[in-house]
Amino acid sequence: MPNGRHIIYDYLRTTKRFPHMWCPGCGLGTFLGAFLRAVDKSGYTKDQIVLISGIGCSGRISTYADFNTLHTTHGRALTFATGIKLTKPGLKVIVIMGDGDATAIGGNHFIHAARRNLDITAIVINNSVYGMTGGQVSPETPLDVRTTTSPYGNVESPFDICKLAEAAGAAFVARSTVYHVKLMERLIGRAIDRKGFDVLEIISQCPVQYGRRVGLKSPVEMLQWQKDHAVTQEKARGMSEEDLKDKIRIGALVDNEAPTYQEKLDAMKQSFKGVE
Amino acid sequence: MQKAELLQGNDACVRGALAAGCRFFAGYPITPASEIAHGMARELPPLDGTFIQMEDEIASMGAVIGASLAGAKAMTGTSGPGFSLMQEHISYASIAEVPCVIIDVMRGGPSTGVPTHLAQGDVMQARWGAHGDHPMIVLAPSSVEECFRLTVEAFNLSEKYRTPVVILTDEVIAHMREKVILPSADEIKIFDRRKPTQPPEWFVPYRDPGTGVPPMPAFGEGYRYHVSGLVHDEMGYPTTRADEVDPFIQRLFHKISRDFDKLQWGEEYYTDDSTLDIVAFGSVARAAQRAVKQARERGMKVGLLKLQVLYPFMRRKVTKLMRNSPTILVPEINMGQISREVKRVNQGKCKVETLNKVAHETMTPQEILDKIGEIYA
Repeated sequence: MPNGRHIIYDYLRTTKRFPHMWCPGCGLGTFLGAFLRAVDKSGYTKDQIVLISGIGCSGRISTYADFNTLHTTHGRALTFATGIKLTKPGLKVIVIMGDGDATAIGGNHFIHAARRNLDITAIVINNSVYGMTGGQVSPETPLDVRTTTSPYGNVESPFDICKLAEAAGAAFVARSTVYHVKLMERLIGRAIDRKGFDVLEIISQCPVQYGRRVGLKSPVEMLQWQKDHAVTQEKARGMSEEDLKDKIRIGALVDNEAPTYQEKLDAMKQSFKGVE
Repeated sequence: MQKAELLQGNDACVRGALAAGCRFFAGYPITPASEIAHGMARELPPLDGTFIQMEDEIASMGAVIGASLAGAKAMTGTSGPGFSLMQEHISYASIAEVPCVIIDVMRGGPSTGVPTHLAQGDVMQARWGAHGDHPMIVLAPSSVEECFRLTVEAFNLSEKYRTPVVILTDEVIAHMREKVILPSADEIKIFDRRKPTQPPEWFVPYRDPGTGVPPMPAFGEGYRYHVSGLVHDEMGYPTTRADEVDPFIQRLFHKISRDFDKLQWGEEYYTDDSTLDIVAFGSVARAAQRAVKQARERGMKVGLLKLQVLYPFMRRKVTKLMRNSPTILVPEINMGQISREVKRVNQGKCKVETLNKVAHETMTPQEILDKIGEIYA
């Protein structure tokens, strides 16, 4: 913070009418701060970054940040990202999605983007619910939770986003909570620095549409829940399966080197030049 | 001098797209559009372009829009069922003003229908399939040569107006092989999207420069602007203000409708002295052309207007026919889609007869001739 000026002010749009549209206590603001600080450390210029978002509360992030920004359709952000990355491989393409966005309506795009190992950073902000539309059940809502569309309790089991991403072929998979803000910032930075398809799951809080339905009466209680339930990889190693049952593993979960889509494409194009 | 070639319609669309500068194709397999993807997969990588087979048609359109925003001329090709999936993003391309081209090789429907026989059932889908009120340009070739030429023009129009352009072909046009002599590169006029000339700090991304079409920088060129499917203000930021929403939607329509007179692309045969005129498009226009010739040999004064632009609907040319002919006949391989447009612009001036076939077979000149005889009787 040189001269007392916060870094985020170098990255928020001065032309956009603030305040932002998120509810008090929402995790998205904390995430955005960490994201912008991580971008600042990454060394990429604003012109080099394309920030793409889907639809929902998280979808509005792209509006506020001063990059090449694209607010797409619900669940399909990764498809737009694919076209951009393949056309201009030199751009740093970062996609931000919500949990319903990435794993329900966009589930197919999510697994295929991971399978291709495109050089894209995909961040899924998971608040366990559809916030903007009125608190409906999402593929990340835990079993038995009552929401506006599961009034008698959720009968569907949630996805483990990180396991899904790993199985689909993502090169780097990591998880943080909004509470662990320093870890979140470090993991975003690591994902941006890496090549290949990186998935970062951020466990966030929605006090308005989710917290009050599960007995967490304030944003502080929700952050306390995150703190109590998160375990680092190191700590998890010493714990039994039983103890880990209701815990959330945080940190870098998968870190593999694999040829990216672009590298394979470049090799193919190189072979044409050989023919000539 | 260019060489004569034997090409099918789908091949000619590929050649037209490449000639227009298309360097990105994303698609999902579907007949009878497969040859478009095959051609692009073969031709694009050596040109340093990109071909990608996506996980579905929604994703294909998303990738096409992304590529266009990054500066590439981009296209996809599909048939009815895939075209339905693309509508979500055609709507997006319309509001975000992203140039792109979509080829729909129509086949028998609804749903999986009669794969992959001939039909013309996607006319209304091409115009109104995407949600929300939006303008649309739809072109319809009726020969292999026109597949080439109209694909070039589709790119030109999409770049000029920053809008998605649909090319409606049908199974017969797509798979029919004809001898064609394609124009050389210097005979083809190419229009590229206008880019901003002012420095980034002066750039207002969605301000009407007077033509209705704001200049469009590519991502990464230093103009960091916001693109959204939400109705936006001149800066690209979401707005719900009536005094911003209304002029925005008006501009989307007006940027195309202001050039309405320039989009009356059709060919007329024997319409100077006709008392019965046929309005047709696609493969049916070919049968109609033959039927008109045969009718003339029998002394019947029949003319033909072949539509090459379906939307915006060519009311200028159609209503001109209506001033001279008491009867208009509209043959189509559907239950009556372009005939609805003809009736709409007719406003009771003359009698509009229809000839509809939904067996998903070619309409023969004889069938049209029989109908002409019936009207004359």
